[in-house]
Amino acid sequence: MARKQSTRRTIVLTAVAWTIGILLFFPIFWTAVAAFKTESDAYTLPQNFLTTPWTLENFGIVQERSDYLRYIFNTSVIVILSTLLGLLLAIPAAWSMAFAPQAEATSKLSGWTWLAIILASLVICFLGLYFTDWKPANAFVGIVLLLIFVVPASLWAWTRRTHDGLLWMLSTKMMPPAGALIPIYLIFNRNGLVFKDWGWINLSDYNIMDSFWGMVPLMTLLNLPIIIWMLFTYFKEIPVGILEAARMDGASLWNELARVLTPMALPGIASTCLLNLILSWNEAFWSLNLTNKYAAPLSFFISEYSSPEGQFWAKLSAASIMAIAPILVIGWFSQKQLVRGLTFGAVK
Amino acid sequence: MGTISLKKVRKAFGDVVIIPGADLDIKDGEFIVFVGPSGCGKSTLLRLIAGLEDMTSGKIEIDGHDVTDVAPAGRELAMVFQSYALYPHMSVRNNIAFPLKMAKVDKGEIEKKIAHAAEILNLTEYLDRKPGQLSGGQRQRVAIGRAIVREPKAFLFDEPLSNLDAALRVNMRVFIMQLHKNLATTMIYVTHDQVEAMTMADRIVVLNKGTIEQVGSPLELYNKPRSLFVAGFIGSPKMNFISGKEAAQLDAHTIGIRPEHIDVTASKGLWNGTILLAEHLGSDSFLHVDASDAGRLVVRAPGEFAGKPGDKISLKPVSDRLHRFDSAGLALARG
Amino acid sequence: MATRQAQALGRLALAPSVIALAAWSFVPLALTIYFAFLRYNLQDPDNTGWAGFSNFYYFFKDPYFLKDLINTLLLVGSVIVTTVVGGVLLALLLDQPFWGRGIVRLLMISPFFIMPTVSSLVWKNLIMHPVFGLLAGIQRLFGAHQPIDWFGTYPRFSVALIVSWQWLPYAALILLTALQSLDEEQKDAAAMDGAPPLSYFYHIVLPHLARPITVVILIETIFLLNIFAEIKVTSVGGFAGNLTYLVFSQLNDATDVGMAAAGGLVAVVLANIVSAFLVRMVGKNLEA
Repeated sequence: MARKQSTRRTIVLTAVAWTIGILLFFPIFWTAVAAFKTESDAYTLPQNFLTTPWTLENFGIVQERSDYLRYIFNTSVIVILSTLLGLLLAIPAAWSMAFAPQAEATSKLSGWTWLAIILASLVICFLGLYFTDWKPANAFVGIVLLLIFVVPASLWAWTRRTHDGLLWMLSTKMMPPAGALIPIYLIFNRNGLVFKDWGWINLSDYNIMDSFWGMVPLMTLLNLPIIIWMLFTYFKEIPVGILEAARMDGASLWNELARVLTPMALPGIASTCLLNLILSWNEAFWSLNLTNKYAAPLSFFISEYSSPEGQFWAKLSAASIMAIAPILVIGWFSQKQLVRGLTFGAVK
Repeated sequence: MGTISLKKVRKAFGDVVIIPGADLDIKDGEFIVFVGPSGCGKSTLLRLIAGLEDMTSGKIEIDGHDVTDVAPAGRELAMVFQSYALYPHMSVRNNIAFPLKMAKVDKGEIEKKIAHAAEILNLTEYLDRKPGQLSGGQRQRVAIGRAIVREPKAFLFDEPLSNLDAALRVNMRVFIMQLHKNLATTMIYVTHDQVEAMTMADRIVVLNKGTIEQVGSPLELYNKPRSLFVAGFIGSPKMNFISGKEAAQLDAHTIGIRPEHIDVTASKGLWNGTILLAEHLGSDSFLHVDASDAGRLVVRAPGEFAGKPGDKISLKPVSDRLHRFDSAGLALARG
Repeated sequence: MATRQAQALGRLALAPSVIALAAWSFVPLALTIYFAFLRYNLQDPDNTGWAGFSNFYYFFKDPYFLKDLINTLLLVGSVIVTTVVGGVLLALLLDQPFWGRGIVRLLMISPFFIMPTVSSLVWKNLIMHPVFGLLAGIQRLFGAHQPIDWFGTYPRFSVALIVSWQWLPYAALILLTALQSLDEEQKDAAAMDGAPPLSYFYHIVLPHLARPITVVILIETIFLLNIFAEIKVTSVGGFAGNLTYLVFSQLNDATDVGMAAAGGLVAVVLANIVSAFLVRMVGKNLEA
């Protein structure tokens, strides 16, 4: 009796779950169908998606018209280099926080004192700008003023106890891009804008707008807090005794990190890379604002199809499928490991 | 060479004092055991010697050189951890080779040393396995192998046998003692098990609440415990302590007598009592006796002793085996 | 416990990341503050100088400001309600035994991996197009002659729909993970006590999910405040724009750096209110 009931229950659950699953997946499925139809058939898809012939032509046309391969190359360069750069910065940082944590702040100054120092440095910068007529034509002056501001801020962050340091890193991830867009835009685009002139070198020759030199570090900075956090939670699971054994065995810090910690944490590092891969692959705000050609990634490539003359649905669908397929597959394989990174360890 | 000396070594976390100040001289080639109940600071002391933790003040010298500010890697000591701390991603061969690679020993030399260590440790056929595929005892031997190939100035063992089952523990104990005999290198061994300490040590260091209570050979500690704590900690079953009137008669605050130093007589003993419980081990029988004035005593009787609970017996301590302690718990001279 | 030497090395190892992140979080912010008090329009390069609070004054007076602020809050609020309620239900469903659970899980999680530009275009053109879209086709099937022009008539709803579709899997995945950590014995005990499903859900499951739900709400808020691509790519910025979009259009269309910076600061303040709560939540659970 109970057995029968549970079988019926399973059948109902299966039906409900599959219906919802298919519904949620449907837009993706629908795009995939349209991608294999001719342009005219794509418009009448709801009526006759089974009766019309299938075709592969769209993929070729998309490549021909908008050079898909170049965009996926750009995306790959940005994603891979920024991930590697991120790991290079994050592994030592996460090691330090997991295995040599600072229980107390290293500086004796109170939080209010630091705030006063940082605000004072900000005021000094503003005064400097005021006396140069709010126009740092000489970027050198601007940079020096910025250093006056950055150094105390970094020192404050650096001397905090590990617990607070981690939370501070997390909070940097929460800064809205709208707040940073203007300066970053102007720093990237030096043509006729700020920081143009160092006095002896014309910076506008080194415009980093729409270049990998700008996008890769930017993407690294965007995701660095998440990488550090995720690595930190993985490193915490490694028994400290093994690192101590390495130290006793005469390993230098480099050997401890490269030959003991990194190989042991490899699964965790791999999931961290995957999450970073997904986040930077899909990043749109900065890509749309800071690239338009040479370093433009796939999210830019797709946005080009929004213009009215680009509304060829079959091609749009083919392009979409080409843009999402790689990361969708990666996402499927790594979904179970992603939770930790997506919640900063707050849910395990 | 491997002499180690601790000079006024102090360790505190803020206001919490772990080790108030330890002085100790360890001779070259000695087998030293740190023993004490858990939380007595014995592992901390070992980790201070290893350099895995900082001293709050004091000085540690190895072979006469001050190593207080030398990193663990520079102290030329080898350590065997309680958890073995093997590198899980490396084969046994690479685990053992790791310290040699770090010391940039050349390849042929490394191969030779690994082969030699594997032979001593009976690990030759496991060299290409990962630690995860080994039993507890084998892992323990790999950890030892990793330590011996370096030819360190001294070996540090942090409760190395506590994760093994009883039979294996006895084997490994013997093995480590043989190793010490063959290598003649200084070894410092931390354990909470006084049997291990008694059987293995040249000298035992008894720690209590971070303080060194007594340093001496096993028999010295057994025969002449300097304090109540040492007297109670060394020896099994525990020494009987009697205070009050019985002790006052001997001008002491507390007197102590080991179970094996009390004779059971038919009559005319010092104390009369009733057997509460008898543990027959075959070789010996341990009697728990309620000896009214003296309180409850444990007494060792011959294996064939036939007493059963409820029997009245008379007890007679071996007089020159009586230990006397003052009110501070320190031993008084034999009187 | 690490030694002083290890600790010193640790400080050193931490420095590059800290400097990078400090520069990243403080410099743009300082510059934004600086620009916000400046007369600075890219198309009027001669008109420069100290602007006082006039940028803020004009930004707040801009009719778009109030509208976009409301849009921002509406978008965040509606998407959070949808995804959290939907996420709890989905998580409960996925926690039950049924055939093909793994595959359904993959199907459900998929929208989260789709880049925002793609999902916007797909929804706008293939699904919600007033003439050729899938929804229009369905409406015609039921006899409607004039299918709804979703993005024309209900731009805010349309954007919220797309964003909810993307974030529903996120909430469901997190809540499912939390649900699966619910003690098996507790489940069995409740079953033995004969707790009816609803009261079991209310007394056992919901309290267990309270914390993960809070985390989901806070993290989603952070991301949803910054929704941009969905609005730009579907070209509904004029009707359904949010603060992020307003800042973008001040910079891009009006080329007014000063105004855009003032708007950016408003966005920073808004995000900081939320992140203060989130940081506290995370901090409680952090052992370091």
